[in-house]
Formats: sequence, C-alpha cells, structure tokens
Amino acid sequence: MMKDFAMHLMDIVQNSISAGADLIEVLIRESVKDDTLTLTIIDNGKGIPSDLLEKVTDPYITSRTTRKVGLGLPLLKQHAESTGGYLKILSTEGNGTKVIGNFGLTHFDRQPLGDISGTIVLLAAANVKIRFVYEHITDAGEFKFDTKEVNEMLEGMSISEAQVMKFLKEMINENLKEIKISG
Amino acid sequence: MGQVKSLADLRKIKESLQEKMSLREKSNNPESLVQVRVAMATCGIASGAKQVMDFFMEEFDKRNIQAVVTQTGCMGYCFAEPTVEVTLPGQEPIVFGYVDSKKADDIIEKYVKNGELVDGIIPVNYQTIEKK
Repeated sequence: MMKDFAMHLMDIVQNSISAGADLIEVLIRESVKDDTLTLTIIDNGKGIPSDLLEKVTDPYITSRTTRKVGLGLPLLKQHAESTGGYLKILSTEGNGTKVIGNFGLTHFDRQPLGDISGTIVLLAAANVKIRFVYEHITDAGEFKFDTKEVNEMLEGMSISEAQVMKFLKEMINENLKEIKISG
Repeated sequence: MGQVKSLADLRKIKESLQEKMSLREKSNNPESLVQVRVAMATCGIASGAKQVMDFFMEEFDKRNIQAVVTQTGCMGYCFAEPTVEVTLPGQEPIVFGYVDSKKADDIIEKYVKNGELVDGIIPVNYQTIEKK
C-alpha cells in the first residue's frame, strides 16, 4: 500500500529506469473545475511489448526474475480506481512508455501528494545520467523543473551534493507553494 | 515575503561548495569511496526506503564521509525491506535488512566507520569451490 503520490512516483519511475530511459518526464495536473488530479509519467525507455501491455496491471505478471509478483502498476491502478479515476498505459516497443493515472482530486480515498520535491531530487541525485523533467500545473499557474537546466547551472558539479539537493528541494517546494498545489 | 528561489540562486551555493570540495578532494582518493545501494522497488518504497536513503545522503554529508548513495531494484528480500547493500572499499558487499534510520545510524557508526558488523545481515548464497 502506497501512502502518497510521491511513493507511487518513486515506484513507477523505477520501471522507467529499468527500461533504460535517459529522459523521464513527470507531469502532475490538478484541475479544481474538473475535480481531477492527473499523474503522467513519460519515458523514452525500451517500451512494453504489446502482448505484455494488456497484462501489466495483473499483480502476477512481472518482467523481473527475482520474484514472481509485480505490484507497482496494480497498486497505482487500484488507487486511481478507488477515487473514481483510471489508469492508462500507452507503449510501443522501442518507443518508450506513458503511464497516465487519473484521480478524483477531492475524493475521500485520494492519498495526499506527499514529498514530491524530495522524491524528484532523490531520483535525480541517484540517477545522474538520466534527465528528469517535472512539471506541475494547477489553476493558479505552473512550475517546471528540468535537471538539464540544473546541470548547466552546476557546470560539472554533481547534483547529488547534499547542499545542492537541499537547495533544489527548497526551491521546488517554494515554487509549488506559489502555484498553490493541493495536499 | 521573501522571494521565491530560482535556479539563479544555485550559483551561490555552487561557488561556496567548490571551495570546500577542492579541499576535500586533495585529502581523499576516489577509490576510497563507500558505496551504499538502497533497494527501491515497490516493496522497499512501501516500507520506507526513501526515508532511509534520505538519511544516508544527509548523514554522510554531515559526518564528512565520502560515499556514493544510489538505488537498486528488488533483490528478492521483500520480507526484510528496506534493504541496503553496503560496499566498503576493497571489500565484498554486505546486505543489511530491516533498515530504518536507527539501523542506518548503526551501519554508519559501526560498519562504515569501524568495520564492525551489525544485526540484520542477509547472508549471501554459498559459493561452492566447483563454481570457481
């Protein structure tokens, strides 16, 4: 059971990393008008073969060999559906994967967003070769974070330096506050 | 109301860090790095692997230990999550299970600093002589 969106995010992005992606985009869109929250994760990894694509939300299907169950996508699907939303996965082999989770924004069963900034920064720091783009859109505005821009600014210094990570977390949090993201 | 931080503010941090780093690099050689890999699959995440990883990253910096903290997938020890693989320079990796911030603190203080083993080690499979 995932306690918040940040945990789902961390989990689903691991799939992208295992798929060999070097560009991972995370988009969170909140709409008060439609009462929806959408989490979209797009990667340029190796994609999912079409026969497997129909079965990925089956907990007993996994491409890994260390164990026989895979719960990442099933848990996300369960969470989405419990809030009146859905999970959609689009993928073609060789062209990357797009995972779209749609949630009821104010639904009682929607988990909180959680530590999104910490998760994004941690992912970026632990996978320095992967470019992460994180975009958050609300009715009040939008915020975009791109590790390519961060790395240009750092001119060779590692994003995984503790001070840099701390700064990035604060920067993301302040900007998210500006656009009034929901909890 | 303070101004919202932007990437431009990162430059200052970078400059102050650079001075510190040039001092550090002279006293250490790159092979002496401690490597920590935190298992970050569904099982690990659900049991709090992120907090453990945050803890390692912050504490290595605070305690001035040069280390690389990265993520790995599930190693099949879902029952013992969060699990952490620690490789000291020139040694075999050791996997610790049931790691929380208290255990992580033990790992840093006892194992990383003094090479002393702590509870919760997951034994690796036997290697037979024939295999080699």
